[in-house]
Amino acid sequence: MEFTDILISLIKIIVMFVVVLVTVAELVYTERKISAWIQNRIGPNRVGWKGLLQPYADVIKLLLKEDIVPTAANKFIHTLAPVISIGVAFSTLAVVPIAGETISMFGREVQMVIADVNIGILYILALTSMGVYGLTLSGWSSNNKYSLLGGLRSSAQMISYELSMGLSVIGVVMVTGSLQLTDVVTHQAGWMWNMVLQPVGFITFVVAAFAETNRTPFDLPEAEPELVGGYHTEYSSFKFALFFLAEYANMITASAVITTLYLGGWQVPYLELLQLPSGIVVALQILAFVVKVAFMLFVFQWVRWTVPRFRYDQLMDLGWKVMLPIALANVIATGIVILLIS
Amino acid sequence: MSSELIVFLVLAAVAVLSGILMITRANPVNSALFLILNFIALAGMYLTLNAQFVAIIQILVYAGAIMVLVLFVIMLLNLQDEEPLRETLTKRHYASLLFALLTLAMLIEAIGWMGGDTLDRMQQQSPLAVANGTVQHIGDVLFSSYVFPFELTSILLLAAMLGAVVIAKKRFP
Repeated sequence: MEFTDILISLIKIIVMFVVVLVTVAELVYTERKISAWIQNRIGPNRVGWKGLLQPYADVIKLLLKEDIVPTAANKFIHTLAPVISIGVAFSTLAVVPIAGETISMFGREVQMVIADVNIGILYILALTSMGVYGLTLSGWSSNNKYSLLGGLRSSAQMISYELSMGLSVIGVVMVTGSLQLTDVVTHQAGWMWNMVLQPVGFITFVVAAFAETNRTPFDLPEAEPELVGGYHTEYSSFKFALFFLAEYANMITASAVITTLYLGGWQVPYLELLQLPSGIVVALQILAFVVKVAFMLFVFQWVRWTVPRFRYDQLMDLGWKVMLPIALANVIATGIVILLIS
Repeated sequence: MSSELIVFLVLAAVAVLSGILMITRANPVNSALFLILNFIALAGMYLTLNAQFVAIIQILVYAGAIMVLVLFVIMLLNLQDEEPLRETLTKRHYASLLFALLTLAMLIEAIGWMGGDTLDRMQQQSPLAVANGTVQHIGDVLFSSYVFPFELTSILLLAAMLGAVVIAKKRFP
Protein backbone atom coordinates (compact mmCIF):
# COMPACT_ATOMS: atom_id res chain seq x y z
CA MET A 1 0.00 0.00 0.00
CA GLU A 2 1.80 3.10 -1.19
CA PHE A 3 0.97 6.67 -0.38
CA THR A 4 -0.48 7.26 -3.86
CA ASP A 5 -2.89 4.34 -3.48
CA ILE A 6 -4.12 5.68 -0.15
CA LEU A 7 -4.51 9.13 -1.70
CA ILE A 8 -6.54 7.75 -4.62
CA SER A 9 -8.80 5.80 -2.24
CA LEU A 10 -9.30 8.91 -0.12
CA ILE A 11 -10.23 11.00 -3.18
CA LYS A 12 -12.75 8.35 -4.27
CA ILE A 13 -14.28 8.19 -0.79
CA ILE A 14 -14.58 11.98 -0.50
CA VAL A 15 -16.12 12.33 -3.97
CA MET A 16 -18.65 9.57 -3.21
CA PHE A 17 -19.45 11.12 0.18
CA VAL A 18 -20.06 14.62 -1.19
CA VAL A 19 -22.11 13.34 -4.13
CA VAL A 20 -24.34 11.26 -1.84
CA LEU A 21 -24.78 14.15 0.63
CA VAL A 22 -25.88 16.55 -2.13
CA THR A 23 -28.14 13.87 -3.63
CA VAL A 24 -29.76 13.30 -0.23
CA ALA A 25 -30.52 17.00 0.08
CA GLU A 26 -32.08 17.13 -3.37
CA LEU A 27 -33.97 13.87 -2.70
CA VAL A 28 -35.79 15.59 0.12
CA TYR A 29 -36.75 18.26 -2.40
CA THR A 30 -37.85 15.78 -5.09
CA GLU A 31 -39.82 13.82 -2.48
CA ARG A 32 -41.82 16.92 -1.61
CA LYS A 33 -42.21 17.89 -5.26
CA ILE A 34 -43.35 14.38 -6.29
CA SER A 35 -45.79 14.20 -3.37
CA ALA A 36 -47.13 17.60 -4.39
CA TRP A 37 -47.45 16.46 -8.00
CA ILE A 38 -49.30 13.28 -6.98
CA GLN A 39 -51.58 15.19 -4.59
CA ASN A 40 -52.21 18.00 -7.09
CA ARG A 41 -50.37 20.69 -5.06
CA ILE A 42 -47.46 22.97 -5.96
CA GLY A 43 -44.87 21.96 -3.36
CA PRO A 44 -41.87 24.00 -2.15
CA ASN A 45 -41.18 26.92 -4.53
CA ARG A 46 -39.93 29.80 -2.34
CA VAL A 47 -36.25 29.19 -1.38
CA GLY A 48 -33.98 29.49 -4.41
CA TRP A 49 -34.92 28.83 -8.03
CA LYS A 50 -38.13 26.71 -8.05
CA GLY A 51 -37.48 25.95 -4.37
CA LEU A 52 -34.29 24.01 -5.05
CA LEU A 53 -32.57 25.37 -1.92
CA GLN A 54 -35.47 24.34 0.35
CA PRO A 55 -33.65 21.27 1.85
CA TYR A 56 -30.67 23.42 2.86
CA ALA A 57 -32.97 25.84 4.65
CA ASP A 58 -34.57 22.85 6.41
CA VAL A 59 -31.20 21.46 7.48
CA ILE A 60 -30.04 24.83 8.86
CA LYS A 61 -33.32 25.11 10.76
CA LEU A 62 -32.82 21.61 12.21
CA LEU A 63 -29.23 22.29 13.26
CA LEU A 64 -30.21 25.49 15.07
CA LYS A 65 -32.76 23.65 17.24
CA GLU A 66 -32.00 22.59 20.79
CA ASP A 67 -30.68 19.05 21.14
CA ILE A 68 -32.91 17.41 23.76
CA VAL A 69 -31.90 14.10 25.36
CA PRO A 70 -34.53 12.58 27.67
CA THR A 71 -33.44 12.40 31.32
CA ALA A 72 -34.07 8.65 31.59
CA ALA A 73 -32.33 7.86 28.31
CA ASN A 74 -29.12 5.91 28.03
CA LYS A 75 -27.06 8.88 26.82
CA PHE A 76 -24.19 7.04 25.16
CA ILE A 77 -26.37 4.64 23.16
CA HIS A 78 -28.80 7.46 22.40
CA THR A 79 -25.93 9.25 20.64
CA LEU A 80 -24.43 6.10 19.12
CA ALA A 81 -27.61 4.93 17.36
CA PRO A 82 -27.85 7.65 14.65
CA VAL A 83 -24.12 7.29 14.00
CA ILE A 84 -24.56 3.55 13.32
CA SER A 85 -27.48 4.27 10.98
CA ILE A 86 -25.62 6.83 8.89
CA GLY A 87 -22.32 4.91 8.91
CA VAL A 88 -23.91 1.73 7.57
CA ALA A 89 -25.85 3.65 4.91
CA PHE A 90 -22.71 5.28 3.54
CA SER A 91 -20.24 2.40 3.78
CA THR A 92 -22.38 0.03 1.68
CA LEU A 93 -21.65 2.21 -1.36
CA ALA A 94 -17.94 1.34 -1.10
CA VAL A 95 -18.34 -1.83 -3.19
CA VAL A 96 -20.70 -0.48 -5.87
CA PRO A 97 -18.91 0.01 -9.24
CA ILE A 98 -20.05 3.13 -11.11
CA ALA A 99 -18.16 2.58 -14.41
CA GLY A 100 -16.37 -0.26 -16.12
CA GLU A 101 -13.50 1.55 -17.83
CA THR A 102 -10.54 2.77 -15.79
CA ILE A 103 -9.35 6.37 -15.74
CA SER A 104 -5.79 7.63 -15.30
CA MET A 105 -4.94 9.46 -12.10
CA PHE A 106 -1.38 10.15 -10.83
CA GLY A 107 -0.02 7.84 -13.53
CA ARG A 108 -2.17 4.88 -12.50
CA GLU A 109 -5.18 3.14 -13.94
CA VAL A 110 -7.90 3.76 -11.37
CA GLN A 111 -10.99 1.56 -11.16
CA MET A 112 -14.30 3.36 -10.74
CA VAL A 113 -15.14 1.57 -7.48
CA ILE A 114 -13.83 2.33 -3.99
CA ALA A 115 -13.14 -1.27 -2.95
CA ASP A 116 -13.42 -4.10 -5.49
CA VAL A 117 -13.63 -6.93 -2.95
CA ASN A 118 -14.42 -10.45 -4.13
CA ILE A 119 -17.14 -10.90 -1.49
CA GLY A 120 -19.01 -7.74 -2.50
CA ILE A 121 -22.52 -9.21 -2.34
CA LEU A 122 -21.88 -10.74 1.09
CA TYR A 123 -20.47 -7.38 2.24
CA ILE A 124 -23.70 -5.65 1.23
CA LEU A 125 -25.82 -8.26 3.06
CA ALA A 126 -23.60 -8.05 6.16
CA LEU A 127 -23.87 -4.26 6.34
CA THR A 128 -27.63 -4.42 5.79
CA SER A 129 -27.86 -6.74 8.77
CA MET A 130 -25.81 -4.28 10.84
CA GLY A 131 -28.14 -1.43 9.89
CA VAL A 132 -30.89 -2.77 12.14
CA TYR A 133 -28.86 -1.81 15.23
CA GLY A 134 -29.27 1.92 14.56
CA LEU A 135 -33.07 1.66 14.70
CA THR A 136 -33.30 -0.92 17.49
CA LEU A 137 -30.86 0.87 19.78
CA SER A 138 -32.41 4.28 19.20
CA GLY A 139 -35.80 2.85 20.10
CA TRP A 140 -34.51 1.19 23.26
CA SER A 141 -32.22 3.95 24.52
CA SER A 142 -34.90 6.65 24.32
CA ASN A 143 -36.72 4.96 27.21
CA ASN A 144 -40.09 5.65 25.62
CA LYS A 145 -42.60 2.88 25.00
CA TYR A 146 -43.55 4.11 21.52
CA SER A 147 -39.91 4.36 20.50
CA LEU A 148 -39.27 0.87 21.89
CA LEU A 149 -42.19 -0.51 19.88
CA GLY A 150 -40.75 1.14 16.77
CA GLY A 151 -37.33 -0.33 17.50
CA LEU A 152 -38.74 -3.83 18.06
CA ARG A 153 -40.80 -3.60 14.89
CA SER A 154 -37.72 -2.59 12.95
CA SER A 155 -35.63 -5.52 14.18
CA ALA A 156 -38.41 -8.05 13.49
CA GLN A 157 -39.11 -6.55 10.07
CA MET A 158 -35.50 -6.32 8.96
CA ILE A 159 -34.61 -9.87 10.06
CA SER A 160 -37.68 -11.24 8.23
CA TYR A 161 -36.95 -9.44 4.98
CA GLU A 162 -33.18 -10.02 5.09
CA LEU A 163 -33.93 -13.70 4.43
CA SER A 164 -35.88 -13.12 1.23
CA MET A 165 -33.34 -10.49 0.19
CA GLY A 166 -30.47 -12.96 0.59
CA LEU A 167 -32.38 -15.71 -1.20
CA SER A 168 -33.22 -13.40 -4.13
CA VAL A 169 -29.54 -12.51 -4.49
CA ILE A 170 -28.61 -16.21 -4.65
CA GLY A 171 -30.32 -16.31 -8.06
CA VAL A 172 -28.01 -13.52 -9.30
CA VAL A 173 -24.98 -15.28 -7.83
CA MET A 174 -25.96 -18.53 -9.58
CA VAL A 175 -26.35 -16.79 -12.94
CA THR A 176 -23.10 -14.83 -12.58
CA GLY A 177 -20.96 -17.38 -10.76
CA SER A 178 -19.25 -14.69 -8.70
CA LEU A 179 -19.81 -12.63 -5.57
CA GLN A 180 -17.74 -9.74 -6.97
CA LEU A 181 -19.91 -6.81 -8.02
CA THR A 182 -17.67 -5.84 -10.96
CA ASP A 183 -18.13 -9.39 -12.31
CA VAL A 184 -21.87 -9.17 -11.77
CA VAL A 185 -22.03 -6.00 -13.87
CA THR A 186 -19.65 -7.27 -16.58
CA HIS A 187 -21.84 -10.36 -16.91
CA GLN A 188 -24.87 -8.22 -17.74
CA ALA A 189 -23.41 -6.93 -21.02
CA GLY A 190 -25.83 -5.79 -23.73
CA TRP A 191 -29.43 -6.52 -22.79
CA MET A 192 -28.61 -9.56 -20.63
CA TRP A 193 -29.58 -7.65 -17.51
CA ASN A 194 -30.40 -9.75 -14.48
CA MET A 195 -33.82 -8.11 -14.47
CA VAL A 196 -34.50 -10.07 -17.67
CA LEU A 197 -32.77 -13.27 -16.54
CA GLN A 198 -34.18 -13.16 -12.99
CA PRO A 199 -37.58 -11.43 -13.17
CA VAL A 200 -38.97 -13.11 -10.03
CA GLY A 201 -35.77 -12.49 -8.06
CA PHE A 202 -35.87 -8.86 -9.18
CA ILE A 203 -39.37 -8.35 -7.81
CA THR A 204 -38.67 -10.07 -4.47
CA PHE A 205 -35.39 -8.16 -4.11
CA VAL A 206 -37.03 -4.79 -4.75
CA VAL A 207 -39.84 -5.54 -2.28
CA ALA A 208 -37.28 -6.66 0.33
CA ALA A 209 -35.25 -3.51 -0.36
CA PHE A 210 -38.34 -1.39 0.39
CA ALA A 211 -38.70 -3.23 3.69
CA GLU A 212 -35.00 -2.92 4.55
CA THR A 213 -34.99 0.83 3.93
CA ASN A 214 -38.21 1.25 5.97
CA ARG A 215 -39.97 3.01 3.14
CA THR A 216 -43.74 3.00 2.68
CA PRO A 217 -45.56 0.55 2.44
CA PHE A 218 -43.21 -0.99 5.03
CA ASP A 219 -42.46 2.07 7.20
CA LEU A 220 -43.82 0.50 10.40
CA PRO A 221 -40.86 1.50 12.61
CA GLU A 222 -41.89 5.14 12.16
CA ALA A 223 -45.67 4.95 11.93
CA GLU A 224 -46.83 8.43 12.93
CA PRO A 225 -50.48 7.67 13.79
CA GLU A 226 -49.80 4.60 15.94
CA LEU A 227 -46.40 5.35 17.49
CA VAL A 228 -46.34 9.17 17.63
CA GLY A 229 -43.35 9.00 15.29
CA GLY A 230 -41.60 5.74 16.06
CA TYR A 231 -37.99 4.95 16.91
CA HIS A 232 -36.91 8.59 16.51
CA THR A 233 -39.65 10.20 18.63
CA GLU A 234 -37.17 11.32 21.29
CA TYR A 235 -34.61 12.70 18.85
CA SER A 236 -34.21 16.33 17.97
CA SER A 237 -31.81 18.69 16.22
CA PHE A 238 -28.68 17.19 14.68
CA LYS A 239 -29.36 13.60 15.75
CA PHE A 240 -32.79 13.70 14.13
CA ALA A 241 -31.16 15.18 11.04
CA LEU A 242 -28.79 12.20 11.00
CA PHE A 243 -31.71 9.73 11.02
CA PHE A 244 -33.36 11.74 8.26
CA LEU A 245 -30.11 11.68 6.28
CA ALA A 246 -29.70 7.95 6.91
CA GLU A 247 -33.16 7.17 5.54
CA TYR A 248 -32.45 8.93 2.26
CA ALA A 249 -28.86 7.65 2.09
CA ASN A 250 -30.28 4.13 2.55
CA MET A 251 -32.61 4.80 -0.35
CA ILE A 252 -29.67 5.80 -2.55
CA THR A 253 -27.71 2.74 -1.44
CA ALA A 254 -30.66 0.43 -2.14
CA SER A 255 -31.19 1.99 -5.57
CA ALA A 256 -27.48 1.67 -6.38
CA VAL A 257 -27.47 -1.99 -5.29
CA ILE A 258 -30.64 -2.78 -7.28
CA THR A 259 -29.10 -1.06 -10.31
CA THR A 260 -25.87 -3.00 -9.95
CA LEU A 261 -27.44 -6.40 -9.33
CA TYR A 262 -30.43 -6.28 -11.67
CA LEU A 263 -30.44 -3.25 -13.99
CA GLY A 264 -27.02 -3.80 -15.55
CA GLY A 265 -25.10 -1.26 -13.43
CA TRP A 266 -23.07 0.99 -15.72
CA GLN A 267 -23.82 -1.10 -18.84
CA VAL A 268 -24.98 0.85 -21.88
CA PRO A 269 -26.25 -1.62 -24.52
CA TYR A 270 -24.33 -1.61 -27.84
CA LEU A 271 -21.96 1.14 -26.68
CA GLU A 272 -18.90 -0.93 -27.70
CA LEU A 273 -20.06 -0.89 -31.36
CA LEU A 274 -19.50 2.88 -31.58
CA GLN A 275 -15.72 2.65 -30.90
CA LEU A 276 -15.68 5.80 -28.76
CA PRO A 277 -12.55 7.05 -26.95
CA SER A 278 -12.30 5.74 -23.37
CA GLY A 279 -12.89 9.15 -21.75
CA ILE A 280 -16.32 9.48 -23.35
CA VAL A 281 -17.09 5.82 -22.57
CA VAL A 282 -16.41 6.42 -18.86
CA ALA A 283 -18.61 9.50 -18.87
CA LEU A 284 -21.44 7.64 -20.63
CA GLN A 285 -21.18 4.69 -18.24
CA ILE A 286 -21.34 6.96 -15.19
CA LEU A 287 -24.30 8.76 -16.79
CA ALA A 288 -26.07 5.43 -17.41
CA PHE A 289 -25.49 4.42 -13.78
CA VAL A 290 -26.80 7.76 -12.49
CA VAL A 291 -29.89 7.63 -14.72
CA LYS A 292 -30.73 4.10 -13.58
CA VAL A 293 -30.25 5.01 -9.91
CA ALA A 294 -32.36 8.15 -10.38
CA PHE A 295 -35.12 6.04 -11.93
CA MET A 296 -35.08 3.64 -8.94
CA LEU A 297 -35.18 6.62 -6.56
CA PHE A 298 -38.22 7.92 -8.40
CA VAL A 299 -39.88 4.50 -8.04
CA PHE A 300 -39.19 4.59 -4.29
CA GLN A 301 -40.88 7.98 -3.97
CA TRP A 302 -43.69 7.14 -6.37
CA VAL A 303 -44.59 4.05 -4.31
CA ARG A 304 -44.47 6.03 -1.08
CA TRP A 305 -47.17 8.43 -2.23
CA THR A 306 -49.30 5.73 -3.89
CA VAL A 307 -49.46 2.68 -1.61
CA PRO A 308 -50.76 2.86 1.98
CA ARG A 309 -48.90 1.32 4.92
CA PHE A 310 -49.28 -2.40 5.72
CA ARG A 311 -50.66 -3.59 9.03
CA TYR A 312 -48.06 -5.35 11.18
CA ASP A 313 -49.50 -8.88 10.81
CA GLN A 314 -49.89 -8.35 7.05
CA LEU A 315 -46.23 -7.35 6.89
CA MET A 316 -45.11 -10.51 8.69
CA ASP A 317 -47.46 -12.71 6.60
CA LEU A 318 -46.10 -11.21 3.40
CA GLY A 319 -42.49 -11.66 4.51
CA TRP A 320 -42.68 -15.24 5.73
CA LYS A 321 -45.57 -16.81 3.81
CA VAL A 322 -45.26 -15.14 0.40
CA MET A 323 -41.81 -13.64 -0.16
CA LEU A 324 -39.76 -16.46 1.36
CA PRO A 325 -41.45 -19.33 -0.59
CA ILE A 326 -41.28 -17.34 -3.85
CA ALA A 327 -37.59 -16.55 -3.33
CA LEU A 328 -36.85 -20.21 -2.48
CA ALA A 329 -38.77 -21.44 -5.54
CA ASN A 330 -36.81 -18.94 -7.65
CA VAL A 331 -33.52 -20.42 -6.41
CA ILE A 332 -34.66 -23.96 -7.29
CA ALA A 333 -36.03 -22.90 -10.71
CA THR A 334 -32.80 -21.04 -11.52
CA GLY A 335 -30.80 -24.14 -10.58
CA ILE A 336 -32.90 -26.39 -12.84
CA VAL A 337 -32.67 -23.98 -15.79
CA ILE A 338 -28.89 -23.62 -15.42
CA LEU A 339 -28.57 -27.43 -15.25
CA LEU A 340 -30.67 -27.88 -18.40
CA ILE A 341 -28.78 -25.23 -20.38
CA SER A 342 -25.23 -26.26 -19.53
CA MET B 1 6.98 -3.42 12.76
CA SER B 2 5.00 -4.25 9.65
CA SER B 3 1.62 -2.68 9.00
CA GLU B 4 -0.03 -6.13 9.32
CA LEU B 5 1.34 -6.49 12.84
CA ILE B 6 0.04 -3.04 13.82
CA VAL B 7 -3.42 -3.89 12.49
CA PHE B 8 -3.33 -7.20 14.34
CA LEU B 9 -2.29 -5.57 17.63
CA VAL B 10 -5.03 -2.93 17.39
CA LEU B 11 -7.67 -5.57 16.63
CA ALA B 12 -6.38 -7.81 19.41
CA ALA B 13 -6.51 -4.94 21.91
CA VAL B 14 -10.08 -4.10 20.87
CA ALA B 15 -11.11 -7.77 21.09
CA VAL B 16 -9.59 -8.33 24.54
CA LEU B 17 -10.86 -5.03 25.96
CA SER B 18 -14.39 -5.51 24.62
CA GLY B 19 -14.36 -9.10 25.92
CA ILE B 20 -13.43 -7.93 29.41
CA LEU B 21 -15.94 -5.09 29.31
CA MET B 22 -18.61 -7.49 28.07
CA ILE B 23 -18.41 -9.69 31.18
CA THR B 24 -17.97 -6.84 33.66
CA ARG B 25 -20.83 -4.53 32.58
CA ALA B 26 -23.88 -4.62 34.83
CA ASN B 27 -26.29 -3.49 32.11
CA PRO B 28 -27.16 -6.41 29.75
CA VAL B 29 -27.58 -4.12 26.71
CA ASN B 30 -24.08 -2.72 27.20
CA SER B 31 -22.74 -6.27 27.52
CA ALA B 32 -24.43 -7.25 24.26
CA LEU B 33 -22.98 -4.19 22.50
CA PHE B 34 -19.46 -5.03 23.65
CA LEU B 35 -19.96 -8.59 22.42
CA ILE B 36 -20.87 -7.18 19.00
CA LEU B 37 -17.69 -5.07 19.06
CA ASN B 38 -15.75 -8.20 19.98
CA PHE B 39 -17.25 -10.08 17.00
CA ILE B 40 -16.33 -7.24 14.65
CA ALA B 41 -12.73 -7.16 15.92
CA LEU B 42 -12.57 -10.94 15.44
CA ALA B 43 -13.88 -10.55 11.88
CA GLY B 44 -11.10 -8.03 11.26
CA MET B 45 -8.54 -10.58 12.47
CA TYR B 46 -9.93 -13.19 10.08
CA LEU B 47 -9.48 -10.63 7.31
CA THR B 48 -5.80 -10.14 8.19
CA LEU B 49 -5.46 -13.94 7.97
CA ASN B 50 -6.95 -13.85 4.41
CA ALA B 51 -10.09 -15.70 5.51
CA GLN B 52 -12.54 -13.27 3.87
CA PHE B 53 -15.47 -15.67 3.78
CA VAL B 54 -15.20 -16.55 7.47
CA ALA B 55 -14.83 -12.86 8.32
CA ILE B 56 -17.96 -11.79 6.47
CA ILE B 57 -19.96 -14.74 7.80
CA GLN B 58 -18.84 -13.80 11.32
CA ILE B 59 -20.41 -10.37 10.83
CA LEU B 60 -23.44 -11.59 8.87
CA VAL B 61 -24.44 -14.42 11.20
CA TYR B 62 -23.11 -13.52 14.64
CA ALA B 63 -22.98 -9.72 14.73
CA GLY B 64 -25.88 -9.21 12.32
CA ALA B 65 -28.42 -11.91 13.10
CA ILE B 66 -27.80 -13.67 16.41
CA MET B 67 -26.94 -10.53 18.39
CA VAL B 68 -30.02 -8.75 17.03
CA LEU B 69 -32.13 -11.56 18.49
CA VAL B 70 -30.24 -11.36 21.80
CA LEU B 71 -30.83 -7.59 21.95
CA PHE B 72 -34.46 -8.15 20.96
CA VAL B 73 -34.97 -10.51 23.91
CA ILE B 74 -33.16 -8.21 26.35
CA MET B 75 -35.34 -5.29 25.26
CA LEU B 76 -38.58 -7.30 25.41
CA LEU B 77 -37.80 -8.56 28.92
CA ASN B 78 -36.76 -5.02 29.91
CA LEU B 79 -33.90 -6.36 32.05
CA GLN B 80 -32.52 -4.04 34.71
CA ASP B 81 -28.91 -3.82 35.88
CA GLU B 82 -27.67 -7.06 37.41
CA GLU B 83 -27.12 -7.07 41.14
CA PRO B 84 -24.10 -8.90 42.59
CA LEU B 85 -25.23 -12.25 43.98
CA ARG B 86 -22.52 -12.72 46.58
CA GLU B 87 -19.57 -10.81 47.94
CA THR B 88 -17.27 -13.58 49.23
CA LEU B 89 -15.02 -15.84 47.18
CA THR B 90 -16.13 -19.46 47.10
CA LYS B 91 -14.34 -22.68 46.23
CA ARG B 92 -15.68 -22.37 42.71
CA HIS B 93 -13.94 -19.03 42.24
CA TYR B 94 -10.60 -20.51 43.32
CA ALA B 95 -11.12 -23.44 40.96
CA SER B 96 -11.93 -21.10 38.05
CA LEU B 97 -8.81 -19.06 38.84
CA LEU B 98 -6.70 -22.24 38.85
CA PHE B 99 -8.04 -23.36 35.48
CA ALA B 100 -7.64 -19.88 34.00
CA LEU B 101 -3.98 -19.87 35.03
CA LEU B 102 -3.49 -23.39 33.62
CA THR B 103 -5.00 -22.30 30.29
CA LEU B 104 -2.72 -19.26 30.27
CA ALA B 105 0.31 -21.48 30.94
CA MET B 106 -0.70 -23.77 28.06
CA LEU B 107 -1.15 -20.82 25.72
CA ILE B 108 2.25 -19.43 26.66
CA GLU B 109 3.80 -22.84 26.09
CA ALA B 110 2.12 -23.10 22.68
CA ILE B 111 2.79 -19.59 21.42
CA GLY B 112 6.07 -18.83 23.19
CA TRP B 113 6.76 -16.10 25.71
CA MET B 114 6.93 -13.20 23.30
CA GLY B 115 4.82 -14.67 20.53
CA GLY B 116 6.89 -12.63 18.07
CA ASP B 117 8.44 -15.50 16.11
CA THR B 118 5.00 -17.13 15.71
CA LEU B 119 3.60 -13.89 14.30
CA ASP B 120 6.48 -13.69 11.84
CA ARG B 121 5.87 -17.24 10.73
CA MET B 122 2.17 -16.49 10.32
CA GLN B 123 3.01 -13.64 7.97
CA GLN B 124 5.40 -15.78 5.96
CA GLN B 125 2.75 -18.42 5.42
CA SER B 126 -0.02 -16.00 4.59
CA PRO B 127 0.66 -15.72 0.79
CA LEU B 128 0.05 -19.47 0.47
CA ALA B 129 -3.20 -19.16 2.38
CA VAL B 130 -4.64 -16.41 0.16
CA ALA B 131 -6.42 -18.85 -2.16
CA ASN B 132 -7.69 -20.98 0.73
CA GLY B 133 -9.86 -18.27 2.26
CA THR B 134 -11.87 -17.41 -0.84
CA VAL B 135 -15.50 -18.37 -1.29
CA GLN B 136 -14.61 -20.44 -4.39
CA HIS B 137 -12.20 -22.64 -2.45
CA ILE B 138 -14.56 -23.09 0.50
CA GLY B 139 -17.39 -24.00 -1.88
CA ASP B 140 -15.19 -26.50 -3.74
CA VAL B 141 -14.12 -28.21 -0.52
CA LEU B 142 -17.58 -28.10 1.03
CA PHE B 143 -19.22 -29.85 -1.93
CA SER B 144 -16.46 -32.39 -2.57
CA SER B 145 -14.39 -33.63 0.38
CA TYR B 146 -16.75 -32.51 3.14
CA VAL B 147 -20.10 -33.08 1.46
CA PHE B 148 -21.26 -35.67 4.03
CA PRO B 149 -20.64 -33.57 7.17
CA PHE B 150 -22.09 -30.57 5.32
CA GLU B 151 -25.34 -32.36 4.46
CA LEU B 152 -25.47 -33.86 7.95
CA THR B 153 -25.22 -30.38 9.47
CA SER B 154 -28.00 -29.07 7.25
CA ILE B 155 -30.29 -31.97 8.26
CA LEU B 156 -29.46 -31.27 11.91
CA LEU B 157 -30.30 -27.59 11.46
CA LEU B 158 -33.55 -28.46 9.68
CA ALA B 159 -34.51 -30.80 12.52
CA ALA B 160 -33.75 -28.11 15.09
CA MET B 161 -35.82 -25.60 13.12
CA LEU B 162 -38.80 -27.98 12.88
CA GLY B 163 -38.46 -28.75 16.58
CA ALA B 164 -38.57 -25.06 17.44
CA VAL B 165 -41.70 -24.58 15.31
CA VAL B 166 -43.41 -27.60 16.90
CA ILE B 167 -42.61 -26.43 20.45
CA ALA B 168 -43.80 -22.91 19.68
CA LYS B 169 -47.00 -24.22 18.05
CA LYS B 170 -48.04 -26.23 21.12
CA ARG B 171 -49.12 -23.07 22.93
CA PHE B 172 -51.11 -21.68 19.99
CA PRO B 173 -53.02 -24.62 18.47
